[in-house]
Amino acid sequence: MNILHFAAASNIFSKAVLTSLIAGGVVAGVPLMFTALGESISERAGVLNLGLEGMMLLGAYIGFIATYYVHSATLGFVAGMAGGAIGSVVMVVLCVWLGLDQIVVGIAITLAGEGITSVLQGAQFGTTYPRLGAPATAAIPGLDKIPVLGPSLFNQPILVYIGFAFAGVLVWIYAKTNIGLNLRAAGEKPEALDAAGVSVIATRSWAAMATGALAGLGGAYLSIVGAGVFTPFMTQGQGYMAIVITMLARGRPMWILFGSFLFGISLSIATALQLAGINISIDVINMLPFIAIILALLIFARRSYLPPALCIPYMRGAR
Amino acid sequence: MTDAVTVPPQTGVTAVVEPPPVGAGGGRTRSRRVAGARDLIIRSLVPVVLALVAGGVLLAILGRNPFTFYSNVWQGGIQQGSWEDSAMRAAPLLLIGVGLTMIFRANIWNLGYDGQFLVGAALITGLAPSLASTPNVVSLVILFFVAMGAGALWTIIPAFLKARYETNEIITTLMMSFIGVGVANVLVKGPFQDPTVNIPQTRVIPLNRMLPSIPGTRIHVGVLVALAAALLAAYVLKRTSFGLRLHVLGANPRAAAHVGINVKRLIVMAFLVSGALVGAAAAVDILGVWGYMRANWNPGYGDTVIPFVFLARLNPLALIPYIAFFAVLSNGGDLAASNANLSTDFLLVLVALILLFMTVIEYVGRRRDLGGSYLTPGLKKALKAPLFRRRGKQQQAEHEVAS
Amino acid sequence: MPPLAQRERSELGPAPDQAPAVELLGITKSFPGVLANDNISLALPSGEVHCLLGENGAGKSTLMAILAGMLQPEAGRIKVAGEETRIDSPRNALDLGIGTVYQHSTLIGPLTVVENLMLGEGRRLRLDFAGTRRRLKEFGAMLGVEIDPDARADELALGRQQQIEIIKALWRGSRVLILDEPTSMLTPQAVVELQKVLERLKSSGLAIVFITHKLHEALAVGDRITVLRQGRVTGEISRERVRLSSPEELEAEIVRLMFGESGKPTDELPELSVRIEGVKHAATTAGEVALELEHATAAGEGSQPGINDVSLALHLGEVLGVAGVDGNGQRALAEVVSGQRRLSHGEVRYLGAPVGKLSVAQREKLGLRYVTDDRLGEGIVSSLPVSLNLVLKRIGSAPYWRRGRMHTEAIEQDAKRLIERFDIRTPSAQARAGTLSGGNIQKLLLARELSNESKVVVFHKPTYGLDLKTTRIVREMIGHLRQGRAALLISTDLDELLEVADRIAVISGGRIVGVIDNGPGAAEQVGRLMIGDVTLGVQEAAPPVGQQA
Repeated sequence: MNILHFAAASNIFSKAVLTSLIAGGVVAGVPLMFTALGESISERAGVLNLGLEGMMLLGAYIGFIATYYVHSATLGFVAGMAGGAIGSVVMVVLCVWLGLDQIVVGIAITLAGEGITSVLQGAQFGTTYPRLGAPATAAIPGLDKIPVLGPSLFNQPILVYIGFAFAGVLVWIYAKTNIGLNLRAAGEKPEALDAAGVSVIATRSWAAMATGALAGLGGAYLSIVGAGVFTPFMTQGQGYMAIVITMLARGRPMWILFGSFLFGISLSIATALQLAGINISIDVINMLPFIAIILALLIFARRSYLPPALCIPYMRGAR
Repeated sequence: MTDAVTVPPQTGVTAVVEPPPVGAGGGRTRSRRVAGARDLIIRSLVPVVLALVAGGVLLAILGRNPFTFYSNVWQGGIQQGSWEDSAMRAAPLLLIGVGLTMIFRANIWNLGYDGQFLVGAALITGLAPSLASTPNVVSLVILFFVAMGAGALWTIIPAFLKARYETNEIITTLMMSFIGVGVANVLVKGPFQDPTVNIPQTRVIPLNRMLPSIPGTRIHVGVLVALAAALLAAYVLKRTSFGLRLHVLGANPRAAAHVGINVKRLIVMAFLVSGALVGAAAAVDILGVWGYMRANWNPGYGDTVIPFVFLARLNPLALIPYIAFFAVLSNGGDLAASNANLSTDFLLVLVALILLFMTVIEYVGRRRDLGGSYLTPGLKKALKAPLFRRRGKQQQAEHEVAS
Repeated sequence: MPPLAQRERSELGPAPDQAPAVELLGITKSFPGVLANDNISLALPSGEVHCLLGENGAGKSTLMAILAGMLQPEAGRIKVAGEETRIDSPRNALDLGIGTVYQHSTLIGPLTVVENLMLGEGRRLRLDFAGTRRRLKEFGAMLGVEIDPDARADELALGRQQQIEIIKALWRGSRVLILDEPTSMLTPQAVVELQKVLERLKSSGLAIVFITHKLHEALAVGDRITVLRQGRVTGEISRERVRLSSPEELEAEIVRLMFGESGKPTDELPELSVRIEGVKHAATTAGEVALELEHATAAGEGSQPGINDVSLALHLGEVLGVAGVDGNGQRALAEVVSGQRRLSHGEVRYLGAPVGKLSVAQREKLGLRYVTDDRLGEGIVSSLPVSLNLVLKRIGSAPYWRRGRMHTEAIEQDAKRLIERFDIRTPSAQARAGTLSGGNIQKLLLARELSNESKVVVFHKPTYGLDLKTTRIVREMIGHLRQGRAALLISTDLDELLEVADRIAVISGGRIVGVIDNGPGAAEQVGRLMIGDVTLGVQEAAPPVGQQA
């Protein structure tokens, strides 16, 4: 049976399936998008943030309980950003200021994030998993009536639109501002930045904090909007996926949007497949995003670009 | 062996002042060596102690009694024969630790241990029944090699990508790990499913087909296998050419290429060895303790072992006491956590704390070595102006500029 | 640098009653075990080129780093335009009008010229592209050069890159310009251009500090010369003395200042000569061909070019020099010979047999060796002891390893022998190699490569950054290889090649553009070849084998 028969026999191209696919891609892609955009800022400045998974979870949990108790999704998002930022403070102090190993500290932050959020969840809620109501969405009049694309792209919580806009802002920041130039210099050749009189440490510190805040925001979105609930380890590797997206997109925001969307589809494809009447085991479906990444890396291995000063702490006077 | 040249004798011209070596390796006086050993002990123990204390504080904040908690750990970890369970828990931990030690020496990050472990475990629980008719020892050996092979196999893609394209192995091994978890599940729920039960798990290996116990105890011989592996690894790393090559690759990859080491081949070998040891851990755990495998099971040994691999300074022998300690902590911690009505993931927090304290203590130790000041003043200065200079390290660096 | 007599000296100088642009008083700075700057005082008047002359290790770089705000002195005062001040950081230095052009480029390769210039300049959020372009044009006019603002920095010639660094150093308002060994990466023609640029800058009132270890450069460019030796100022030669004395008088005095009364004759070292002449050695292409490249082509790495259709022949008993501006394929050439880089085309033959397929380890065993220029980056492993570093290219081989097992006695014994033979200063053979000084690390590398029956040795910048005593020793070692062995000396230091080599090949853009015999007039020929003036009737590159008589 060839693929065309397969496609025809199932309902894979039906409106419902496509809508579900794209909507799912957007919903699942948003946490990836925020996290990956954040990681692009750090990586541009030469900091590899392996603690993303932990920061996302911190943001997810803190954002969740903020929303749960205060009944405001907006406050939840802000709280989530704060949560993620807390995780990145560790990174800033230990890695940027003291020059300790970025990888080891990143792993520690991830473990700590996973452990602490799981323990706190258990301590707070025991074995129950309270749910949040569906978040408020803002429909863009007119555009949201477009078939398939309409409901998925143009009827989302405001934060999503802010996210898209932010990607555009980031493009501008990178190309046309002093901040962008400093970030790039910090990642390419920090000695040059230092010689030009700009603090490499300050640049990298702000970059890492921004990454933490954005990862926390991504996590908060995941728990508040995406799932409506917090379960321990709920990010399931999305933090690492964000790093891969950033690597493959070479740090360019528009490509990160695109990549996040693609991986979002692979994350949420289960529903769409069900609708299409295709029955694949849940385990295989869960593996798909990672298989996709490995395949992408095998195909595009030569072309991913990382800044030369990545992971190398900057010490004035050292060679 | 002849040299090409003899160096001409010294003339009367004064030489540039030669600085004494900083942090010299050889020729230390006895008191310096004692001080060095004391430093080492401090750096090895303090992070653990600090982490336990910090963990206690965390427990108190959560409203649990830290003293009860830790005494429960002792109870559940050592007392009344629990030490035997702890010893058995140490076996896979030690094997994974040794596997990580070998590859971290080359500064290669194998973070895919979960996937490597589970695929190995799934394969041997699935294949064990087919070996029912072969003699016990033979079957155990075969299964051991199957697990090791599976673990090694699971590192091939990351190894290839790194050797050929220098692709970051952190990402690739992690991705393979997630895939491995899925594959193991598919195997357990699929071809290896026990047809006689409703729950998703494999068939159970009968007790008489599992690893024999050390006479006089309940402990299975897998623990001895783990200890032997640690000893062998220590020897390889210290005294063989393979070990030296790993060290060179880890210390200076460009030098490795310059001096003629086949870096690509070494990377792949390092991965295979590491993966095989993780696979061996799976064999020891399945064939020694569990005898079967359930779907969605992931004991997550590797994550918890990493800090101790570093605390032991990538020395397989020094790793043994650390693993022993953690096995007790982990075993007893299960009891303590359930008594305190706390998630067992609390252990992850302790592990993370150990890692963090370890990195900080390393930093403090480094600065003291170079005659710099302690952490706090430096941190205070850093808070005032992020553009701070770290005297100790900078002095050495400045020296480089001058000479 | 053109000889003294032809140089136009500016008659203008600073107004006598004006405070010097910068004054250093009693500057002292030390590192563990080394007193780098010992109570140094000097004044930098505006409108002058002030040369800081001293051999490597004399303390010039430290002093410069203090002026640039990178280091803080332990004692002493600094006055800028008459006012006492502290230079806390590079930013501070720039704000005070002190700009520095370092030896190692601080331009960021992938960024364009404009982007490099805008780095660290903006007070506002947005980058000022238009304004920067305007100022770049102005500066270009002031220097008398034209620069493409949108070119990527790493795609420009090194001389042009240096000019951009000068502009960047002067960007914020110029009072003092410090140049650290600026000619080390330049062709002779670019050096002349630099001289012209300096003259123009001087006449605009700038105080220029020119740091060098080469006497002829100092005499060619300096209005005032300060000599440093072991961290102290041993003497200063004022404007008037420089203008009025003859080159020979100055040379004698400077040598005395640099080395004390026991100064050695200067014709031993080109760095101390006023005039650089090629040295003619006895005819040496008589020996058999030891190393041969035929149409060798290999890929580059990153922004560094590879080699393209290179054909060269090195004979036993010969020292063949390879001259060229840094970054024209020298590393690729060295690595192709040593086995670190694969040929994509052509052949490498060693003692007649093709070795293209042999690994680094195999070639090393056969006697084909490579002393790398990147001593710390790839030559040694700092964390390993000296003894292991000495056998690092023989891991797994007998007698140090048998069947994989290490035999420490054999390693230690050999190490002791080599340490003594090559005078490597180290507290013990077990000391970590990273604790050795630069000169001793180079001796370690030489010990490793030259011992155990070496036959053909490739040297890449072997005396870079070394003090003069060690430099002399190393050059003697290279010369010794004439007895029954051969050396391929790749160096960006033309003076060195003119002194040591028998023939000099010139590499440019990955190709060999010519090979000449060393001797009088060689410098000029090499210079012309480097810029591509191949209409000179020079001897062609060694003809490919098969066509040789």
